[in-house]
Amino acid sequence: MQLVQNVPFFSIMLSMVSAIVTPVLPRRAAKWLSVGMVSVVVCLHIWFLPFMVSLGGSYTYMMGHFPAPWGNELRAGLLEALIALALSIVMLLSQLSGMNKLQRQIDPPKQGLFYVMCNLVMAGMLTLTYTNDLFTAYVFIEILALSSCALMMARQVGHTMVASMRYMILSLLGSGLILIAIALTYNLTGHLLMENIRAVIAQYAADGEYALPISVIIGLFIAGIAIKCGIFPFHMWLPDAYGYSTSAASAVLSSVVSKAYFFLLVKIFYRVIGINVVMSDMALNLMLVLGVLSMILGSIGAIRCLDIRRMVAYSSVSQMGYLFAWVGLGSTVGVAAAMFHLVVHALCKSMLFLSVSPLCDASGDSKRFVDLRGAGYRYVIPGIAFTLGSLSMVGIPILGGFFSKIFFAEAAISGAGWVRITLLAALALSTLLNALYFMHTVLGLYRRPKKGFVRQPFIKSRLTAVTLSVFGFINLTIGFFAKDIINLITTGIQNFA
Amino acid sequence: MGDFLSLLWTHLDVTVAILLFGIGFTTLLLYHNLIKKIIGLNIMDTATFLFLTSQGFITGRSAPVLTEGVETAAGYVNPIPSGLVLTGIVVSVSVTAVMLALTIRLYRRYHTLDIDSMTLMMKGEDE
Repeated sequence: MQLVQNVPFFSIMLSMVSAIVTPVLPRRAAKWLSVGMVSVVVCLHIWFLPFMVSLGGSYTYMMGHFPAPWGNELRAGLLEALIALALSIVMLLSQLSGMNKLQRQIDPPKQGLFYVMCNLVMAGMLTLTYTNDLFTAYVFIEILALSSCALMMARQVGHTMVASMRYMILSLLGSGLILIAIALTYNLTGHLLMENIRAVIAQYAADGEYALPISVIIGLFIAGIAIKCGIFPFHMWLPDAYGYSTSAASAVLSSVVSKAYFFLLVKIFYRVIGINVVMSDMALNLMLVLGVLSMILGSIGAIRCLDIRRMVAYSSVSQMGYLFAWVGLGSTVGVAAAMFHLVVHALCKSMLFLSVSPLCDASGDSKRFVDLRGAGYRYVIPGIAFTLGSLSMVGIPILGGFFSKIFFAEAAISGAGWVRITLLAALALSTLLNALYFMHTVLGLYRRPKKGFVRQPFIKSRLTAVTLSVFGFINLTIGFFAKDIINLITTGIQNFA
Repeated sequence: MGDFLSLLWTHLDVTVAILLFGIGFTTLLLYHNLIKKIIGLNIMDTATFLFLTSQGFITGRSAPVLTEGVETAAGYVNPIPSGLVLTGIVVSVSVTAVMLALTIRLYRRYHTLDIDSMTLMMKGEDE
């Protein structure tokens, strides 16, 4: 066992320990502890990812030295390392970039607690990515739900409080469904470790037993995670929550929390139920339908918005729909495309949320499109960052979003019959709608400004300038490495099974 | 029909769990009062716990506590579901606490417990 193999465990423990220590620290110390912890996790993963590439496979990490059917395990593979690295980077940049705004929007005594919640989100994200035990996953789903609720309502205005109440109600319904699914799985197989469950289910599938309960389990997992990700019929809380909470919280919620849930779902498909069983099951169509509906209706919701934050929030609904639809396609190519888009969208959507808030500040603290006219001239760097993010989401070549659209199209073409036609049509329509609302906004940002607004200095806050530049740089360069990343993901998915 | 009823009777625990889940679920969705919603949620959780515990129970065996005489696994019920339920109860308690705290906040702000009128008042606010 090499030292580097401890990285997943160390990262999780680091975030848990700093979550415990942070509440007793003064505000400034809490802030820098949290930022420091996330930077350490990012550095550890930069060390870890090349190791996983050279290892080429995966390994399980025993917790407390209890052997397989009893103990609790972590499992690290190529895909897990990549996702954890990408989401930790998002977490770090979101915390740094949203820091100034947060200090103005949240009551000073509660700012330290905001970072406790950030630490817990980090722990939840890492655990959902690495765990090899179904029940541990459930516990951390709940931790993630509670801490994201707290992040949402950290800025206490009416919208965020009502939204977090609705989020809690829906989210607990989702957890309930997931818990029932886990109970059924345990009933059927007598195991909680992912590999043992899969072996038993594969046996049942070969004998043709328990087909209906397995379908029900898959359906329950899909419904539970869909509720938690804010997929179309369950998205009522989302625009208010992302639109009114502080910018760091919106970025973390849209890019880290929902992505971690989604990754868990894919992991359950591959490692708990077995992808062959899932792909031949009717319940997967539920995911396709939810995804397609979400893609189209999320975009329509975004077009109807009068306020930029809500528009970006609705766009999240639509982009999560892409992920659901292409996993619902039921082919490895589709899953690989969805995983690529997961990384691209996490990096891009957080940048959009974080660049919107300085632009709004420069426009008299208003989020309405009318007041934002010409904001791109008033505050240059966030304007460029927002434009870059929008172009990537629309799918302009060389940016990351373009490659995800290509991979999506390739995967859709490999599908069969009506699924192929539906997905291609939905992709085309949704891209069109995306272009409509994003380009409308970007053009608005660069129209002749209304009189009476002051131009901000080029670098008003060093923190915002630096983090948004780093974000922009990552989003620009991710397109150049698209081929490598998708190869990495494909190998990771092969090792997954 | 008779077969179905006897099936329900032989799996009485599961039947009750499903009924309770239904009651909790409808309470959660149909009532506008936040406190009633929280109660519904708790009933739903309880149903899940009942289902989970009943699956670990084996008729004629005792709780998995080492006592005199019985020292083989064959004497005990399956302890894992009980362990899971224990974790589940802890989660449920903390979630209820958070939701009640949130309800107090909302009541202080809007002086109502009805989520629909809260939403209406919220839409009137600008920020």
